[in-house]
Amino acid sequence: MKWGVVLFPGSNDDRDTLYAIGDVLGHAVEPLWHGDADLKGADAVVLPGGFAYGDYLRCGALARFAAVMEPLKRFAADGGPVLGTCNGFQILCEAGLLPGALVRNRSLRFICRRERIRVESTATAFSCLALAGSSLEIPVKHGEGCYVASDSTLAELERERRVVFRYADGAPNGALHDIAGVANRAGNVVGLMPHPEHAVDPLLGSTDGQVLFRSAAKWLTSAERKAG
Amino acid sequence: MGFLARVYVTPKAAVLDPAGKAVASSLKTLGYGEVDEVRLGKYVEVRLQADGLGAAETRVREMCQRLLANEVIEEFRFDVEVDGQ
Repeated sequence: MKWGVVLFPGSNDDRDTLYAIGDVLGHAVEPLWHGDADLKGADAVVLPGGFAYGDYLRCGALARFAAVMEPLKRFAADGGPVLGTCNGFQILCEAGLLPGALVRNRSLRFICRRERIRVESTATAFSCLALAGSSLEIPVKHGEGCYVASDSTLAELERERRVVFRYADGAPNGALHDIAGVANRAGNVVGLMPHPEHAVDPLLGSTDGQVLFRSAAKWLTSAERKAG
Repeated sequence: MGFLARVYVTPKAAVLDPAGKAVASSLKTLGYGEVDEVRLGKYVEVRLQADGLGAAETRVREMCQRLLANEVIEEFRFDVEVDGQ
């Protein structure tokens, strides 16, 4: 399989994501430019963290108009695996690919620390290899990671088991229902505030983030099997 | 002709506004004990060309819905007047 990592002006986790997927996991991966009109044949796409377009107006609000978002939307609609981490999650919400929105941390403080997140659903492209109910140690680093959505959206997410990851020790940012990550209905689009790409190398203290990327590889193989 | 739209974007009542809370607490520290609540939002000025006031309002409403506000978390209101500039 081949991965694509989108570079927006202001992305800053793109290199770490390329390193995690390419150097650590040994998958083929290449950067995708925000101005590109195609995804260069990628089988899975990551929107990395950072401050795309300076996060002007709202986090992710301007990035959703980047040229690359059009092919990305078609790719997602066709079932292609798309992962948004941190700013990437904010962009997916602004683009309407995931429900809800991310607002300022309740504490008003930027939070940078390791968190335990519980796997709540394994029916997604980025959690199908994880153990339901298990905890992953993955760092967060954000100022605007408080997940909010209307009561009806929250009820729908819970009912359809689309909360993929939940903070195991309570949301550090005030997120409703302790939500750390959610999926679309088909399970191929996932966004989360924690950074799995920062938890792939023993040197960094945790390798728990690897399972998200490995899951996508498995998801694609099973998808092919189903299609075949 | 030219119009000036003044757009006000505020967090929805149901959405936490920690920044507004922090400002409210600072106002109280300054001695403004009468402050009940502060909601922090954005103010946007848009200068635009349109055939008439109604047309300008229609366009501005669309701009609010599509970009200036995120209706998951925010509300907006605006007024439009002939641009005197």
